[in-house]
Amino acid sequence: MTRDEVRQAVVSILADIAPDEDVSSIKDDVTLREQMDLDSMDFLDIVMELRKRFNVEVPESDYQQLVSMASCVQYLQPLLKDRQLAS
Amino acid sequence: MKYDVIIIGSGLSGLAAGIRLAMFDKKVLIVEKHTVVGGLNSFYIRKHRTIDVGLHAMTNYAPKGARNTPLGKLLKQLRFSHDDFRLHEQEMSEIRFPDKCLRFTNDFDLLQQEVREQFPDAMDGFMKLVAKIESFDELSLTTSEWTSARDILSDYISNPVLIDMLFCPLMYYGNASERDMDFYQFVIMFKSIFMEGFAKPVGGMYYILNLMVDRYKSLGGELRMGVEVQSINSAKGVFESLTLAGGEHLQADAVISSMGRIETFKRCEPALVNEADESLAGQVSFMESLFALGREPKDLGYERSIVFFCTEDRFRYEVPTNLIDISSGVLCCPNNFKYPEPLSEGMIRLTNLASFGLWDALPRRDYIDAKKEWRTRALENLFTFFPDFRDSVVFLDSFTPKTILKYTGHLNGAVYGSPAKAKDGTTPVRNLFICGTDQGFLGIVGATLSGISMANLHILQKKVAPSA
Repeated sequence: MTRDEVRQAVVSILADIAPDEDVSSIKDDVTLREQMDLDSMDFLDIVMELRKRFNVEVPESDYQQLVSMASCVQYLQPLLKDRQLAS
Repeated sequence: MKYDVIIIGSGLSGLAAGIRLAMFDKKVLIVEKHTVVGGLNSFYIRKHRTIDVGLHAMTNYAPKGARNTPLGKLLKQLRFSHDDFRLHEQEMSEIRFPDKCLRFTNDFDLLQQEVREQFPDAMDGFMKLVAKIESFDELSLTTSEWTSARDILSDYISNPVLIDMLFCPLMYYGNASERDMDFYQFVIMFKSIFMEGFAKPVGGMYYILNLMVDRYKSLGGELRMGVEVQSINSAKGVFESLTLAGGEHLQADAVISSMGRIETFKRCEPALVNEADESLAGQVSFMESLFALGREPKDLGYERSIVFFCTEDRFRYEVPTNLIDISSGVLCCPNNFKYPEPLSEGMIRLTNLASFGLWDALPRRDYIDAKKEWRTRALENLFTFFPDFRDSVVFLDSFTPKTILKYTGHLNGAVYGSPAKAKDGTTPVRNLFICGTDQGFLGIVGATLSGISMANLHILQKKVAPSA
């Protein structure tokens, strides 16, 4: 996956876990907590979706890497670089 | 065949837990004793009418986009859009006592204004109480000491009538204890009723439950109806299997039970004698009568969405010494919600406190006569305060604590379960968990969040050690 594709994958997860949100306008450098009022239960969902969709394990100590879209892409791209954005 | 999780009960908490688990590819089975889903918030069909039971209104209303509210969290966790629930807000409700009346809507300002006008001397204390309520973390899952809400209220408010008026709706809509409330439960109810408010879904419980069941099944969840759990078998404090009434055995890595705490412990093998002590079961139950009307309730003088009333000076929330207590109750007019289309028929529902023991002691023949007699008495008392609607009734039905026991299995027909809640959902059996009304979140939104929280906390967040 390219950086753009990783971003797209995260956007698709966010769209699923928050059906009432407009995910097209997410700003990369603002925290997701701030933009979407995500709480710890929502971050758990992001982590579980990453496991379910891409078989990627995010250990609890790395949850802070998911704080914004930019940091998500930065953190996930190396883990997802050999995967296809399929399914 | 082994399941990851078996859930006992297909009420809102069980369905919500099921959705969460199925969403993350757990192999889940929900077993339901009754032939209809919903548990304490369900429906039945009689003479072409689909009638809600349990639900008067959904509390915890929050508008679309209010993400950090109980409703917002519920929708996100189950991945529903706000629109999916088809909620429409109440018009106006009131608490009516002999000399005082407090109106409220989903805008908390109105209640504050009403308190200021009706109880000017108490306003200062009331606002301090509100500040305490706002800063209180009522959703914490750690168990704390039982704290008397009456004691706390009396620190802020000296007028006993105002205290009774505030308690009346909060107790009627969620209190498992008689006479007093645990303060955290008072806070949950205060926020959910006065600060958030009431709404109803178009299509009622039938619609909401179908939505949940469809979601659960589309995620691969399995649901078996008419299946009663006979025993929950464990060895050395670890759950091993369920035995069903027909003798079938089911295996799973974990069980989440929504059948009630004591009700669950009663079925544990080996027996959990201390935990299964029935004297700890809830006692609070109700009789409800519903009246389908040939006219709109508004045309008969019933303008409010919900009225919590007391026709005597002091409000008593306790098991009555008669079959029912006619001196207080709840009136619900489902028509008086801001629906886009009017409902097909007028409807009024009347709820009164009732004694399970007295209803249960009646022989069958007397039971039917007593329902009629006490319905009539309740109406006669009601009509000393409210307009008579008897001439417009086209269909009526009543249910009692016995009916509630029969269809939900909750001891004493206690709709709010046991006063002793299991907030973290754990039990003496390591992989057996409690959700639903006995876990301690209340109301429709609360029950649903209970299932979500317990599934998250005990199953999804768990670093699962592979089973040997």
